[in-house]
Amino acid sequence: MPNQKNAEMTLAALSDYFDLNKLMGMLPNHSEHGKEIDHMLNFCHWFMLALFVGWGSFFLVSVFRFRKSRHPKADYHGVRTHLSTHLEVGVVIIEAVILLGFALPLWGKRVNEIPDNEKDGALKIRAIGYQFGWNFHYAGPDGKFGRQHIRFITGSNVLGLDPTDPDGADDVVATGTMHLVNHKATVTRVSSKDVIHGFALHQMRIQQDAIPGTEAPQWFRPVSTGEWQIICAQLCGAGHSGMAAKYIVEEQKDFDVWYKEQLEATQRYLQKQKGEIEKQAEADKAELAKKAAEHGSEHGSGHGEKKEH
Amino acid sequence: MAHAAAAHTEHGHDDHAHDHHEPGFWRKWVFSTDHKMIGIQYIVTGLAFLFFGFGLMMVMRWSIAHGSDVLPGFWGNLLHGIFGDAVFDKAVDPSTKAMVGYSLSTQGYNVFGAMHGTIMVFFGIVPIAFAGFGNFVMPLQIGAVDMAFPRLNMASFWSFFISCVIMVWSFFVEGSAAKSGWTNYPPLAGIADQSHHAVLNGGTLWLLGMVFNITSSLLGAVNFITTFVQLRAPGMTWGRLPFFCWAQFITAYLLLLAFPPLESAAIMNLFDRVFGSSFFMPTGLVVNGAVGPDGQPLLFSGGGSPVLWQHLFWFLAHPEVYVLILPGIGMVTEIIACNSRKPIWGYKAMVGGLFTLAFLSFIVWAHHMYMTDMGPKVAAFFQTTTILISVPSVILLTALLLSLWGGSLRFNTPMLFAAAFLPMFGIGGLTGIPLAFNAVDLYMHDTYYIIAHFHYVVAPGTIFAIFAGVYHWYPKACGRMMNETLGKLHFWGSLVAINCLFMPMFMQGMAGVHRRWWDGGKSAYEATVGPWLDWNLKISYAAWALGAVQLIFVFNFCWSMIRGKKVTSDNPWQATTLEWDTPTPPPHGNFIKPITVYRGPYEYSVPGEDKDYTPQSEPPRDSKPLEAKAHA
Amino acid sequence: MEIPYTVRPRPDTGLANPKLGIWLFIASEVMLFGGLFAGYIFMRLGAEPWMWPHGWLNVPVGTFNTFVLIFSSVTVILSWEALKMRNFKAYKWWLFLTWVCGLLFLIIKLSYEWPNKFNHFGAYIKKEAAEKYEEYLGNEGEDGRLARGQAPRLFISGHPKAWSDVKDPSMDKIVLAAIDDENHTPKSAENDRAHFIPRDMVHLHEGHEVVLDKKDLVNGFGPFYPRLNTYLACYFMITGLHGLHVLGGVIVFIFFWGPGSKLYKTNPEQLCNRIEVAGLFWHLVDLIWIFVFPIFYLL
Repeated sequence: MPNQKNAEMTLAALSDYFDLNKLMGMLPNHSEHGKEIDHMLNFCHWFMLALFVGWGSFFLVSVFRFRKSRHPKADYHGVRTHLSTHLEVGVVIIEAVILLGFALPLWGKRVNEIPDNEKDGALKIRAIGYQFGWNFHYAGPDGKFGRQHIRFITGSNVLGLDPTDPDGADDVVATGTMHLVNHKATVTRVSSKDVIHGFALHQMRIQQDAIPGTEAPQWFRPVSTGEWQIICAQLCGAGHSGMAAKYIVEEQKDFDVWYKEQLEATQRYLQKQKGEIEKQAEADKAELAKKAAEHGSEHGSGHGEKKEH
Repeated sequence: MAHAAAAHTEHGHDDHAHDHHEPGFWRKWVFSTDHKMIGIQYIVTGLAFLFFGFGLMMVMRWSIAHGSDVLPGFWGNLLHGIFGDAVFDKAVDPSTKAMVGYSLSTQGYNVFGAMHGTIMVFFGIVPIAFAGFGNFVMPLQIGAVDMAFPRLNMASFWSFFISCVIMVWSFFVEGSAAKSGWTNYPPLAGIADQSHHAVLNGGTLWLLGMVFNITSSLLGAVNFITTFVQLRAPGMTWGRLPFFCWAQFITAYLLLLAFPPLESAAIMNLFDRVFGSSFFMPTGLVVNGAVGPDGQPLLFSGGGSPVLWQHLFWFLAHPEVYVLILPGIGMVTEIIACNSRKPIWGYKAMVGGLFTLAFLSFIVWAHHMYMTDMGPKVAAFFQTTTILISVPSVILLTALLLSLWGGSLRFNTPMLFAAAFLPMFGIGGLTGIPLAFNAVDLYMHDTYYIIAHFHYVVAPGTIFAIFAGVYHWYPKACGRMMNETLGKLHFWGSLVAINCLFMPMFMQGMAGVHRRWWDGGKSAYEATVGPWLDWNLKISYAAWALGAVQLIFVFNFCWSMIRGKKVTSDNPWQATTLEWDTPTPPPHGNFIKPITVYRGPYEYSVPGEDKDYTPQSEPPRDSKPLEAKAHA
Repeated sequence: MEIPYTVRPRPDTGLANPKLGIWLFIASEVMLFGGLFAGYIFMRLGAEPWMWPHGWLNVPVGTFNTFVLIFSSVTVILSWEALKMRNFKAYKWWLFLTWVCGLLFLIIKLSYEWPNKFNHFGAYIKKEAAEKYEEYLGNEGEDGRLARGQAPRLFISGHPKAWSDVKDPSMDKIVLAAIDDENHTPKSAENDRAHFIPRDMVHLHEGHEVVLDKKDLVNGFGPFYPRLNTYLACYFMITGLHGLHVLGGVIVFIFFWGPGSKLYKTNPEQLCNRIEVAGLFWHLVDLIWIFVFPIFYLL
């Protein structure tokens, strides 16, 4: 469909000239797919403006032309043309074009083509909201997130990473700031520890509700470096309006430096916790053995009783 | 009434019975079964709540503009005196330790925000536009003596009243009222207030209040539909019904079928809150390190789904949007027809549009949930239905606009409000178009763009329609006109202020300002929305100005009751519909003599007639001799 | 003033007001219970297999109650028919049976079925602690549930030695004085499937002191309250709301049986309409139970 493509490009070029979004103060876009969203939104805005100006002028003309002092005798029939029907059909067609041509493919790309296997080389991050901030769990080079469970949660291991899981050995948990790599596809899996938060990266044209108990993936590709804010978009309690976090898009080498630092920090407390868990397990085992020895006879009689039933 | 009914079975219909049975004070003014009195009760209660809800917003606008700055002394003391420490923080000068004043706390902002939404929607607009005007006007317009079930009607008002009492009361319990948004999303709504009294806390009282409110709406809806279908006067065929009645009928049907799922959700949420069940509590919730927000362990076993609430809530709350707007469109239609002195353009298309709208409104709810991890198929379905629903909306608006063409427009106060409704509702509707798309929602979701969008629909939309309705039907209810000069002042002031209030919000939203920020983004989000922070104060001034303008209305409303110009005719607007055939104010039982309908609702400026309106009850000219014979 | 069509149908619509009203009300009730059943479906689909119990309710008793309600639905029709035939005595008799059946249903529910749950103790064991209680769960080993391809059992129920221990936050242990069959012989194939009659009714094994550490238990442990799991939450909510509807019906029928029946003398046709309308509501209540019974007792 080269024609359609041409038409789309012309439309895109045109809308760059007449960027209503910018006029309305829209934040600049820094992601690959964001352009398409902006074009579509701009198209919508032009469409709305055209309709509003059309309606508005009709309204104003009617109001002035047919006010009582100028037009004392009303016409029983009023409008006799069927122009409005054609207009209606036109509106439907334009809306259908926006829907089928832009909206559906765009959303399909966002949810169907998530680069989730390792060969895509995507940066995989879990973004977990809490009252009132964000934790970011990086899957690391192996592309696998380490196992995670509530019972491992401590003051430092905030996400409850299982220290014994080898998949977690290259994982990083960062708080408050999310680092991203320029031009690298990024998958954020958004969830929450407590209540519903909203994960909005406006410059990336990405947003997702963080709903506890579910994990929602979304992907995007940053196209310029910079530092922006992550906005919590759902009311999450008294500290909602202060729940700002940062995200930084940087080049790969800067990211690597940061990642190495974070990896050390994360693995330090994971190793420490692992040691504690192993120690505890040994102690438990010893105690169990001791108990078994002590209550051996009692236990036996219990079984005997059971058999009687 | 039972006594009266029994007496009447003996000697058939006696239409002057009401003259002999003047009810006592309580039966007449308080526990009335008369649909007009109940309508007025709804309207007055609703207006009170409308202004209360607006007042909450004016306080919120202070904190959005000024953050933690203390409120002006008088207002700070007054508000703290009413709402107490749970909502207002005491500010102390750090050096002198002297009390400086009170400011709205962050939690207090959430309380006001949640209650502003709840009150405006469920206690302001629906009671006025649907229950109030529906009760007062609809039976009159179809030529009925009363509602089909008068005692049920009273029960529905008192159920509503109980819900009002519970909602107001909830401000004064420990921890103040509900604070999780008017959408009350769990788990936040489930864990809020857990350290307070087990039942008498904001969150639980909110749910209890909603259960009573919903019950009231359900009873009302049953009554409205039955009345509409059964009690139409002879000759009032489906095609002759005023559009307002159709709008009320469709609204009642929406309430009847959409509200029960929210009631079931509210019951589930009550179970979660009171009995500790886990309908909306997923497994593995960790609040402040496995400990509840107030230092208590979470007692939920888990296994629930927070999204279930959202489905059930929006299954109501999207039809609810049409519950808010349809009665408004209905009122505007009546007023435009009357004041343009010509028939409504495309009556049949409008009624058809209503039915389509009603049907579609049940299958668009998930467009409020685009950000909850929606698959492409589901997303495609809901985007398509959402786009489809814009078609009947456009039909309604276009028909009303075209109705102006060729009229002889009489710009009295009701007409001003009704005419302004059209472009305002247009803005609200149009800005819904981008929001219908999932991809655009990636940027727009929960920004001020949304706020501006739906406020344009309900504030200069429905609330303007409500004002139009009050000015229009006031003479029928009170026998006096409201003052025109004050009315016009009220209109122009409101129009300017409300646009200054909501128009900049579109820009703010585009610039990334999100809703429910206690300080408007000053403390945390300056890096993102910095250039638009100044606008917070400007918008707040517009809000306060809008509040001030409403005082004119309140004054006009009360003053005109005693001093307003007395109406000289039962039909001061020279309208065609049946409500103007009754005495002013209409007595219990409404019509003096049995009424018959001969023609459509909007026979204005009929060619060949001697006056520019032909009431529905006026017999056709050629049958006049016959009528005269019957009378003789 | 008199409202038209309260008794006789309006010719062009073919309906009397109360009949239209009750059908509308029934429509909204269908939506209400539809919402509740939607909740049930969500809860059930979302539940871990070991969290959603089977066979906790007494099927014979539930079946009896089902027949009680169905029978009352028949009697209400008979009473309406009797009234149509202007047989006042038969009307009174059938209506009496109707409300007695409604009351019987409620009595069985409130004096037997619900309390039987409230005085039973249950607790889910956290997965990571399951090993400690393996003796009562029977998941491991060749003949264990996992080896036989079944969902793990992570539930221990019975009667505690002292209920106060359960509630007292300072006590970190709960001692059970008796346990249910499933926990007594956890690997028995008999306990694999849901029982027709819950085993605790047959025998509760006493004399086995099982010590449960509260930190090993999933929140919500204690009596079979709505907080124990989402099944019980749905069960109590839906049967509770249904029970309220039954109660409402019983009150209405008692009224029409007692003081309300005086209307027969002045306007029998109106009384007939009222019974018809109340009967329609009663059928709805019955119909809802027809859905409630299988989803909680059988499936």
